[in-house]
Amino acid sequence: METISADVAIVGAGGAGLRAALALADAAPKLRIALISKVYPMRSHTCAAEGGAAGVIKPDDSLAQHFEDTVGGGDWLSDQDAVEYFIREAPKELLQLEHWGCPWSREPDGSVAVRPFGGMKLMRTWFAADKSGFHILHTLFQTSLKYTSIRRFDEYYATDLLVEDGRCRGLTAIEMRSGQMRHFDAGAVILAGGGAGRMFAFTTNGAIKTGDAMALAYRAGVPLKDMEFVQYHPTGLPSTGTLLTEACRGEGGVLLNRHGRRFLQDYGMGPETPLGHPVLKTMELGPRDRVSQAFWHEQRKGNAVSTRWGDAMLLDMRHLGEKKIDERLPLVRDMSISYMGVDPVKDPVPVRPVVHYMMGGIHTDIKAATPLAGLFAAGECACVSINGANRLGSNSLTELLVFGRRAALSSLEYLESQGAHRGAAEGAAEKALGRIRELLQRAGGGESVAGLRKEMMHAMEQHAGIYRSGEGLAAACAKLAELRRRYRNLQLHDRTNVYNTDLLQALELGSMLDCAEAVVQSAAARKESRGAHQRLDFPERDDRNYLRHSLAYYRGAEAPGIDYRDVVITKSKPGVRDYSGEHARAHA
Amino acid sequence: MIQLEVLRYNPETDQEPRFQRYEVPFRDDWVVLDALNHVKEEIDPTLSYRWSCHMAVCGSCGMMINAEPKLACKTFVRDYSGVIRVEPLRHFPVERDLITVIDDFVAKLARVKPWLMPKEAPANGEYRQTPAQLKRYKQFTLCINCMLCYAACPEYGLIPGYLGPAAITLAHRWNRDSRDGGREARQEEIAAKEGAWECSFVGACSEVCPEHVDPAAAIQQVKIENTVDWYKDHLMPWLKK
Repeated sequence: METISADVAIVGAGGAGLRAALALADAAPKLRIALISKVYPMRSHTCAAEGGAAGVIKPDDSLAQHFEDTVGGGDWLSDQDAVEYFIREAPKELLQLEHWGCPWSREPDGSVAVRPFGGMKLMRTWFAADKSGFHILHTLFQTSLKYTSIRRFDEYYATDLLVEDGRCRGLTAIEMRSGQMRHFDAGAVILAGGGAGRMFAFTTNGAIKTGDAMALAYRAGVPLKDMEFVQYHPTGLPSTGTLLTEACRGEGGVLLNRHGRRFLQDYGMGPETPLGHPVLKTMELGPRDRVSQAFWHEQRKGNAVSTRWGDAMLLDMRHLGEKKIDERLPLVRDMSISYMGVDPVKDPVPVRPVVHYMMGGIHTDIKAATPLAGLFAAGECACVSINGANRLGSNSLTELLVFGRRAALSSLEYLESQGAHRGAAEGAAEKALGRIRELLQRAGGGESVAGLRKEMMHAMEQHAGIYRSGEGLAAACAKLAELRRRYRNLQLHDRTNVYNTDLLQALELGSMLDCAEAVVQSAAARKESRGAHQRLDFPERDDRNYLRHSLAYYRGAEAPGIDYRDVVITKSKPGVRDYSGEHARAHA
Repeated sequence: MIQLEVLRYNPETDQEPRFQRYEVPFRDDWVVLDALNHVKEEIDPTLSYRWSCHMAVCGSCGMMINAEPKLACKTFVRDYSGVIRVEPLRHFPVERDLITVIDDFVAKLARVKPWLMPKEAPANGEYRQTPAQLKRYKQFTLCINCMLCYAACPEYGLIPGYLGPAAITLAHRWNRDSRDGGREARQEEIAAKEGAWECSFVGACSEVCPEHVDPAAAIQQVKIENTVDWYKDHLMPWLKK
């Protein structure tokens, strides 16, 4: 097996991975950086983020206010020391991107413009029209081309972390072009592989979001934290799940049921605000969990709009006018016309809640370090946790940057503390190769990738959605255990080497099954309702028993072990999340 | 039902590329990518192609659809009658099935230095850039690197060394950014023999661009600016001190 030596290997080349690579290249010009990704960097799913990135910059805003919004938005499950660090670093990172040339939208005086976002008390979301993630990703990618010390391995699929003497010493990855396994011998590894939304049938996530980095860490013994918290974004197109950004509502769009009523006022987010004059942190600018939950109730009451793709609500942006829609929301208009046949300038667009983001992920501390020495993680695959039980829109793009950089600096500190790297974990690499060979050549298994995947998606959609029950989760746990068992009888149809997507999808399915089991097991164990985790059988938040992070530990063929860890609280005691108009006025 | 005719090629098992026909259900809300996914899931798991976002922003699923470069995720099957023929993007080596080798573009992109070379250090905070200044280059930032323009460009087909529409457009994007002072450094690639002057202004790149970036316009602007440079250098040398 060919061995490639690096000081730091980064898995994933989206926003977090690229930011980490740039921080390493800047801080230590002689460092050998291996940037490994299963896709070319510009294909990473960061490109699909639309609305923007939060960071305090305007004179009327304050770090304390961003802190309060984030912690309350997360239903007090965020680690407050991590949130403080995040919020302090956020403006610096957004400014750094500006200095790298990101085409942020501007005010008439040439300063960076900000827009309102859900759950945020003040306007602090930096944006580049409605392609903010796309521009962040391409700015980072193009800037990374400047550095010869960043050696890219595009279209390499990471299969295993190599652990020796309790330290992460690199990884193995398949070069898709040749089908050959490569051994990356690295002093430290940073995981930045994104989320796992593809566990669900209806998601905004691209095909590549299969939880690979989470599964890598999990199988290497690092717990997955708070996996039960899966974010539904309220406004996806019912036909494809394509995201229509929260900025639609930030700019003034409203949500209607089939009677034309702005129904959020019936779910503690009223009274109704004047059309065209959105009020921050209330009605349509409530947080994603509350808005998605309100739709679920409307659907139950028979107030949803029927479409050929199922029930929906209406996102009405007509009053914004063509000029503003074209200037601020061009992608939204294009997507609505292309995939729904509805022009938001002329008609309300049917939308419904759709799986969007994993609050949970690889357990890291405030320095982006995992409990496994030499292993760091950042971005959606990681759980620091700043997002708690519900992430606020526009915090995740900033999180990529802040903790991508933090992971890089921590890995450098780690390398310095270690002295000379002691060489390769060759035995472990050979074992990883053996596992892939066995899968590729296995005969007579009878299970198919597409078949198992469909059953997994169905179980997740049915039992791990916006509202959950003990009974449903128990069924999902049993189903996931069964699917993981049957996965061992998976049989590939393609046994060739060059760009074998049958093999690739089989490995991705393995990642998703492990992550999905962690989700449903953690959800079954959390007998309360908090943020995005809502239990019909335990409808109240229970701070006495569950003001804690869940940790799911991999146990091979068995179900994961679930443990808990205290939330770090520095200054905000758990309180009531109030998104009513009265509250908005009182605090104006 | 619709008939999909897909180019297949596996370098390990095929002497040369061949077409394979698949019958898939017709749905008026399906794009070609949905039809390919149906094949992959229900009929033939060995078919290989790239895709991810299904919303025309990641740039993965560029392919020839009835001989035109298209994004499979934004090309509706309802717009075709008869057989839909799907092939890998023209002008690129085929790695396998619908997957092309795009090393050439990735290398060229790096060569045009697509990063900010600041004209001056920023003052405290952000560089000021008015909406009008942003508008001068914004359109050219929208390139998703999908390679459709390269597949459409007759010059690139003839002269593989040609930098090509996307790389030139992205260089031009940085040149027009009010924060940037790197035009001179990029000129060695852009004004070189296989730079912008290779373009014969057919305009096919702009016709196929799914993001309406209009690379042909960028290339023409580059040519005009280079011509102005030439006149300044040769006829008004006192301007260049």
